[in-house]
Amino acid sequence: MSASTLDAPATPETAPRSKDWRASIALGVIALISLVVFGFGSASGADTTFVVARSTDFFEVPGFTLPSQLAAILLSVVGLALAGYTAFQANQFRKVGIWVPVVYGIAIMGALLTWAGAGRDATSIQLTGLLTSSLFLAVPLVFGSLAGTLCERSGIINIAIEGQLLAGAFLAALVGSAVGNAYAGLIAAPIAGALVGLLLAIFATKYWVNQIVVGVVLNVLVVGLTSFFFSTVMSDNPDLNRPLGLASLPIPGLSGIPVIGPVLFNQNLLVYILYVVVIVLQIMLFRSRWGLRVRAVGEHPKAADTVGIKVNRTRVRNTVLGGAVAGLGGAFFTVASGLAFGKEMTAGKGYIALAAMILGRWSPKGALAAALLFGFADALRVQLGIIGSSIPSQFLAMTPYLATIFAVAGLVGHSRPPAAEGIPYKK
Amino acid sequence: MKLELREITKRFGDFTANDAISIVVESGTVHALLGENGAGKSTLMNVLFGLYDPDGGEILLDDQPVEFTGPGDAMAAGIGMVHQHFMLVHPFTVAENVMLGHEDVVGPAKLLDLEAARARVREISHRFGFNVDPDAVVEDLSVGAQQRVEIIKALSRDAEVLILDEPTAVLTPQETDELLSIVKDLRDSGTAVVLITHKLREVKAVADTITVIRRGKVVGTAEPTASQEELASLMVGRDVSMTVDKGPADPGEAMLVVEDLTVVDDATQVTQLDRVSFDVRGGEILAIAGVQGNGQTELAEAILGVVPTAAGTVRLDGETVTGRSIRQALDAGIGFVPEDRTTDGIVAEFTNANNLILDLYDRAPFSKAGAISPSVVRENAQKQVERFDVRTTGIDALTGSLSGGNQQKVVLARELTRELKLLIASQPTRGLDVGSIEFVHKRIIEERDKGVACIIISSELDEVYALADRIAVMYHGRIVGIVPPDTDRDTLGLMMAGAHEEEAA
Repeated sequence: MSASTLDAPATPETAPRSKDWRASIALGVIALISLVVFGFGSASGADTTFVVARSTDFFEVPGFTLPSQLAAILLSVVGLALAGYTAFQANQFRKVGIWVPVVYGIAIMGALLTWAGAGRDATSIQLTGLLTSSLFLAVPLVFGSLAGTLCERSGIINIAIEGQLLAGAFLAALVGSAVGNAYAGLIAAPIAGALVGLLLAIFATKYWVNQIVVGVVLNVLVVGLTSFFFSTVMSDNPDLNRPLGLASLPIPGLSGIPVIGPVLFNQNLLVYILYVVVIVLQIMLFRSRWGLRVRAVGEHPKAADTVGIKVNRTRVRNTVLGGAVAGLGGAFFTVASGLAFGKEMTAGKGYIALAAMILGRWSPKGALAAALLFGFADALRVQLGIIGSSIPSQFLAMTPYLATIFAVAGLVGHSRPPAAEGIPYKK
Repeated sequence: MKLELREITKRFGDFTANDAISIVVESGTVHALLGENGAGKSTLMNVLFGLYDPDGGEILLDDQPVEFTGPGDAMAAGIGMVHQHFMLVHPFTVAENVMLGHEDVVGPAKLLDLEAARARVREISHRFGFNVDPDAVVEDLSVGAQQRVEIIKALSRDAEVLILDEPTAVLTPQETDELLSIVKDLRDSGTAVVLITHKLREVKAVADTITVIRRGKVVGTAEPTASQEELASLMVGRDVSMTVDKGPADPGEAMLVVEDLTVVDDATQVTQLDRVSFDVRGGEILAIAGVQGNGQTELAEAILGVVPTAAGTVRLDGETVTGRSIRQALDAGIGFVPEDRTTDGIVAEFTNANNLILDLYDRAPFSKAGAISPSVVRENAQKQVERFDVRTTGIDALTGSLSGGNQQKVVLARELTRELKLLIASQPTRGLDVGSIEFVHKRIIEERDKGVACIIISSELDEVYALADRIAVMYHGRIVGIVPPDTDRDTLGLMMAGAHEEEAA
């Protein structure tokens, strides 16, 4: 049968699109709750004191005191405004940048903080300390979500981030203690993560096992192995599991800047590595030949194959590289924190890293922003514990996880994972 | 460049897909590989492109034997291929897709040289009048434009031999004509074009040489001057009538009455079907013509109840069926052949036997006391496979593994198992080979002659003319007119563009 030619105008192919209001509704509701509880709930006339810079800094910035109610209301209104902005963008079929959820999260949590600190003359909120610990607590999340990004961009789902972090933490402690140098641990950690990544890659590309199942199994395997060695080898030879620390390396000049100086430029080597890794990966993934090929493999592996790109080789390499990055992040728990290895000490951080990867829309800079948000939530919990808030500590301990759920459920409805992720490539 | 395939043989297990096939393609010519679906055309080209290893034979370029271990080798040798399913990365821009695999880098950091890629796209696009924006994201482009991106991709690698695998399967008639003129331009610029197709009109329009393949073997060559009937019988292996033998209709009472049927899309609030009214009598075929996307899909789905109706009624044999469940609509005697058979017509991972009872599995005789009776199911499957001449390795083969024509036969067999009052078939022969088209048309006419009211939705006018007792033309969600089947093509064409019957005539 032949096609017939007609002089009819083809109707434009417009894909049916629907407006997605979920994110703006979720953001709006939470901001309203914040306004009512933290804003109008703050005792009027009470003040919250913030301490910005300590006298040990290059120069001292005086702390400031804000009327609690006004500050909490203003911060909630910022949250409401962002919800409105999201709704406006949704109405135009546009999605908002990663900065929106991050600024929003910080505003709402800031309102919570102001509320909690209201009328406590004896205590003040250590702003610089809060930011420093936010960054610090975000370190494993950033490395973890970078690992996830590297793997998923090539089409492999990496649920094993948790196991890679734990393996990195374990080997860093073991090697660091054996050599007697924390930096040796920093070198060993990526190797452990890479091995876990290699197992994942082999099962996923060669045996086509469901990648989520393999990932979960690997997590359990790493928990089992490290716990076993912890209670046998390490407890028999306490010398093999010593608390070691990486020294802070203040960058001359930069570290003297008030607030951001101590937060960003008075950190240990692992944090500086993190800056470099985020920047390099962001550029490499989106601007380099390697990145273009990796993304093609994750989106349409057959198309990549037909232009001569080795699909499974790319996937294996990326998964191993991702594992190494997560392993390096694992060193945070032991040598970078000055702690000895403990059973299951990663405590679910790998899964939060996975959420940060999704919230960050599979990009390194997004992963960084999302991880900082979660790190801030975690630091807030610690801070509120110190100032003695009236909220039960169990609820505070939930904040990062709650933030994770809200972030993933409400905000990423329209973000799109690599099309071929989780699907084995068979010729 | 001269390309020669000599005695190429490719086997998959016991099945010989290519049996000692030899062809020669000269530069500056269009060589058509004509054959039914499943004849082995695509396998041959995948061998040439380095995706499959041949079991025998050799490939010669300018009389030098070459060996390809992968697509990279084939491309390096100057062979480009536009696959039937486009090999484009959807979230990438045109320039990124074109550069993928042979990227230029710039600067000390060796970052991608996007500017060079854009310039390349613009240059090729300009040379052939493609009008493709290098910065457009591929998923936003129409199917026709995506195909041009594929061609640019091949040309940007200096392809001297360009293989087009079923290039018009996904195109509208207008896009098809544009493609054919592009093929002529390419030929005139010295490219050797291999056109794989089963559509006779295209072959006759552009081919310089025609090789016909049947069941993995070359069965002959033909001149482009050969008639469609000659080509079709070479391809199918027996005489094929290009027109369907159809007696005059003997319509009875109005079986289906549709009044003011209106469908509004939930998300966009666009009116897709606007107060459509018509009736179909028993023993009559009403063909619905129109350019795709003018409400035909919604009409079929609204009658069955797959999409909710905003207003209007549908009455079948005097009883209102609007507002009923799909189950009830099926029980009332509606048979439905969906437009997209692979996603809506069958469950690809089910066996033929199970696909044949998808709508009847829970009732006698297939089910007894809540349990499916395998022997009855198998018996039924055996019977249907024979009756509909489904070419398959068996009733336990997965339907997804069948060719498009055979999948369609499975769908049709299932729908005709029930006692019907109304048969709705959307694009019943899209992507089918000549033999299957003939078969499907005969079955539909048989149903008509049994007194069933039939609605055929087709964007191919040849099909409309072959089947229709009356023709309804749709435009922008409305029926612009219902005309007799002897209305000429020009009138129908104008009506499809929205002109009313009186204006068009």
